[in-house]
Amino acid sequence: MRIDATQVEDVARELYIRALKILPPDVKAGFARLAQGETDATARGVLGTMIRNIRVAEDTDNLLCQDTGIPIYNVTIGRDVEVDGAELERAIRRGCERATREYPLRSSVVHPITRRNEHTSCGPGVPAIHIGFSDSPGRLVIEMVPKGSGSENNSWLKMAIPAEGVSAIKTFVVDCVLEAGGKTCPPTIVGVGIGGTSDLCVALAKRAATRPLGTACADPEGAALETSLTEAVNTLGVGPQGLGGDSTAFAVHVELAATHITMNPVAVNMQCHSARRASAAFTPAGVEYGF
Amino acid sequence: MAHHDLTPPISDAQVRALRIEDTVTLHGTLFGIRDANQIALFDRARVTRFELRGHAALHTAPNVRKVVPSAEHPTGYAPVCVGTTTSARMERFTEPLLERLGVRLIVGKGGLGAASLEAFARHGGAYLAVIGGTAALETTWIEAIEDVDLDDLNPESLWKFRVRGFGPLLVAMDSHGGSLYAAVDSKARARRANALARLGVK
Repeated sequence: MRIDATQVEDVARELYIRALKILPPDVKAGFARLAQGETDATARGVLGTMIRNIRVAEDTDNLLCQDTGIPIYNVTIGRDVEVDGAELERAIRRGCERATREYPLRSSVVHPITRRNEHTSCGPGVPAIHIGFSDSPGRLVIEMVPKGSGSENNSWLKMAIPAEGVSAIKTFVVDCVLEAGGKTCPPTIVGVGIGGTSDLCVALAKRAATRPLGTACADPEGAALETSLTEAVNTLGVGPQGLGGDSTAFAVHVELAATHITMNPVAVNMQCHSARRASAAFTPAGVEYGF
Repeated sequence: MAHHDLTPPISDAQVRALRIEDTVTLHGTLFGIRDANQIALFDRARVTRFELRGHAALHTAPNVRKVVPSAEHPTGYAPVCVGTTTSARMERFTEPLLERLGVRLIVGKGGLGAASLEAFARHGGAYLAVIGGTAALETTWIEAIEDVDLDDLNPESLWKFRVRGFGPLLVAMDSHGGSLYAAVDSKARARRANALARLGVK
């Protein structure tokens, strides 16, 4: 299967807009679950408004949130797929620029020193494009995540040491949730990266924060930690929007990598309640949109 | 827990009547403020032609569409999606916003800190919480973009919206030292030890 760059550009444009408008079904189900279990009256009201907003966005064909985020595109290339990698990256960038200009979307992206906004949602190194590979034959998937800044501004890395053990990881996650309070637009998906190098650890935290709800860490130790951390952070009472309640996090997600004998790194990256993402699969039958 | 329908500009007495857990619905004029325009106003001595005394200011930078100026869209901007950003980044601007420009109400999400709470008590102000991330709903409360200043900072311009039934908003910080955020935060921190014990952290 050969991938056509023009089609990639159109899909990259479409994915940005779709992601901003329609929440994935797993996140909608997450809201229903939290609303059912919430015991605090204010929190129930807050969750109700969030659920209403999802419907209003769909009914009025509008964006869920004003924050168009930093655009991230995750590309997974299967087997027997022929693609010009450099052209693929350029096509994604063009699609992202076109979505911003043509819709029009607020460009939330500026040069980090001059703070100049090119009104394209692009700049040096942005959109973030990550390319990986899979065993799926004849399949290339592009996932788009518009990462909002309220949650992204609450990101942390701690290079703990082996003597501090797994307790350092647990304590760090709880303290990050306390520090974030209402600033991250809870209920959140708390993404935790464990192990690796410092940069890999942070990347794992982002992957964990943007993983669909209802999925578990592939590593059984990581999965067990997800369960206990989810339960623990939801006893803190931060609640939706930091106004109190049981629903502080939809879930804590963990992704891990092996690390050095002298290291014990942990990173936290959060995803807000508007946990937006959209995906498109290129197959021999055509392009199939999903989440 | 009273409800207040307010059409700014409002008086010192009106803002001091607000108590945490009350609700407010705003009508008429609502200004949009943001990081870049407050840096311009308070750090770079730029001046706005807008009169903000007694008014409400929303922490926002909206999605807008350029249109032909008309009675409906006098600035040539139509609102596409208007939401609320995290207030905490703009903590240090609360004092000059109230003291110098006379703003009475800050509308935002996630709350402000101790210095803002003191400023609300000193100058007569309050913080009204929008549910963050619910911009599609919030946009239905916006009638028009009436005016815009400092537009070279777009999208972080200083916006003047005309709103109808903007709310209900929750009074989350008042002029009497009340802060729902501080109360939730101290309660949550008191639960930290218990959460760590559940996780087997000694």
